[in-house]
Amino acid sequence: MKKRTLRFHPCGNYKERYDDELTIFESDFGRFWALVGLIILFAVVPYVVSPYLLYVINMIGIAAIAAIGLNILIGYTGQISLGHGAFFGVGAYAAAILATTVNAPFLLAVPAAGIITALVGMIFGIPSGRLKGLYLTIATLAGQFIIEYILIHWESLTKGTMGITLPTADIVGFPISGDKSFFFVIFIALCLMTWIAINLVRTKFGRAFIAIRDNDRAAEGMGIPIFRYKLLSFGISSFYAGFAGAIWAFYMISVTAEPFNLTLSVEYIAMVIIGGLGNIAGSIYGAVFITALTEVLRWLTDYLMNSGAFATSGFNLNLAPLREFVFGLAIVVFILFEPRGLAEIWRIVRSSFRLWPFSY
Amino acid sequence: MDFFVQLLINGISVGFLYGLSAMGFVMIFKSSSVLNFAHGELLAMGAFLFLALVTWAQLPILPAFLITLAGCFVLGFVVERLFLRPLIGEPLIFVIMLTVGLASMFKGILLLIFGGNLNTYPDFLPSFLGIQRGMINIPPVYTATLIIGLTFLAVFGLFFKYSSQGIYMRSVADNQKAALSLGVHVKLVFALSWAIAALVAGMSGIVLGIINGINVHDLSAIGLKVFPVVILGGLDSIGGAIIGGIIIGLLETFTGGYLSPSLRDVVPYIVLVFILLVKPYGLFGLKEIERV
Repeated sequence: MKKRTLRFHPCGNYKERYDDELTIFESDFGRFWALVGLIILFAVVPYVVSPYLLYVINMIGIAAIAAIGLNILIGYTGQISLGHGAFFGVGAYAAAILATTVNAPFLLAVPAAGIITALVGMIFGIPSGRLKGLYLTIATLAGQFIIEYILIHWESLTKGTMGITLPTADIVGFPISGDKSFFFVIFIALCLMTWIAINLVRTKFGRAFIAIRDNDRAAEGMGIPIFRYKLLSFGISSFYAGFAGAIWAFYMISVTAEPFNLTLSVEYIAMVIIGGLGNIAGSIYGAVFITALTEVLRWLTDYLMNSGAFATSGFNLNLAPLREFVFGLAIVVFILFEPRGLAEIWRIVRSSFRLWPFSY
Repeated sequence: MDFFVQLLINGISVGFLYGLSAMGFVMIFKSSSVLNFAHGELLAMGAFLFLALVTWAQLPILPAFLITLAGCFVLGFVVERLFLRPLIGEPLIFVIMLTVGLASMFKGILLLIFGGNLNTYPDFLPSFLGIQRGMINIPPVYTATLIIGLTFLAVFGLFFKYSSQGIYMRSVADNQKAALSLGVHVKLVFALSWAIAALVAGMSGIVLGIINGINVHDLSAIGLKVFPVVILGGLDSIGGAIIGGIIIGLLETFTGGYLSPSLRDVVPYIVLVFILLVKPYGLFGLKEIERV
């Protein structure tokens, strides 16, 4: 047996077996930096950043979990969902209802909320079985509105516009509240979900999803039961949304139906596209990009309003429409100029450094 | 009974408006099979352009109307040229996502310029258009809508049936490759269908604005309500869009009138899911759907 040596960047394609193609880290260099990144994330970040920044980072983490789920659906299976925001809301409400009515503990409520959301999602995924392509998009658009309506109007269950207040989350007796303890919960969950997603797309299921995305007729011809796999992909994607929503509910303490509108769904789509379709790490970049963009825009509008540049002209600069515009612009620009997203840009940057000084 | 008749009339007129709004959508889908999620924003663009011309520039109604239509035509052309043209041949996902992005871009621009408040046009419709008979009251707007709508329907019907450009458009809708090989300028057809669709959308936007007042959020919500309408009528049938619109309109007003006003806005989507499950090609759609 060949002695295992440390592997650095190969100067060519030396893959001999299919296992080599499937490997997550091509070199030990990448594995090393991933480990360093994780250590910095858990041992340094929560102790040095300001509370507000920690809150933003937590929001990024939650968004990243949901975005990974959407990427499995859009990027790997090629089905578009416009209802991801609503499914996120279903998860949040499911966790809130479980925690208040049956006193479900945090560790049970979050996955249970994910499973409930997956079931709800699969109901709206059924039309995709009969028809291909854009029909699922339309069905999920309908799902978005129907779920929003149910969340507001099923008052006996969701308390309508009043919203639900959750009890403090605790894990086997240890209460978790505040940004710092939630940081650990959120990012351990994110690492776990990323790990599951990366490995999922390497299995038979992931390959079936990719086959459906690339050519559904050929996939059917190869004996992949398309309807079942589409529904499974939809269920998994909704599970991620519900899981993230449940953590969000515990973190925010109170839940109302307002945030889970179509804008949120579009925001998730923007994350997936900007991050890179069919790239798990890309969804995380996308979540960082979109959340950071919101913060930058907030800072910018505050700055411009306070500096008085617009106060005299009577021009009222508002965050919400500006945000809407910039999101749309970002989606359009990325689709037109870099449809494979930030992940591709990152790969290009990396490889040009690797080949330095002979990059071209 | 009077309540019923009034609901019936309201339903038909609201539905006719939906149908009118859906017409542009169907036109784009028919020729380039793009699901346009920015349709509501195209409606809003027309409505706000007209508003700006009438109230800010103080133009008389007729020139303002014509300039708006011309502006929408150009807008549709530019949108196709700048955003959709580079994506010809790309996967459908990107095209759909692009229209989602465009929608939120347009919405952002309109909100930045006009704000989210409700605006209204000055009253300019002659009052003889209104019909008042017994308890039944039809305001002049609805009559005007009907006239405008029927005119446009007739004009486009004739355009598609007899003009050479209309025939080209139908041929591209039918089979892109065959049309290309017979010498049809497919790209021009795409550009033209976007331009015409934007024109129709702008016109519907103005009519909607006269009836409901002009508000970015409401108009873009109507752009999404186009989906139940076109799925019901059949994605590629212009006449189906009108009939689907009327059915959805009736359904909405009757639910609002007899069941509960809050259910009114969701009913179209519940119907939509139901249709997708039972009769996905709609009432008048082409039944060549791949079941994969």
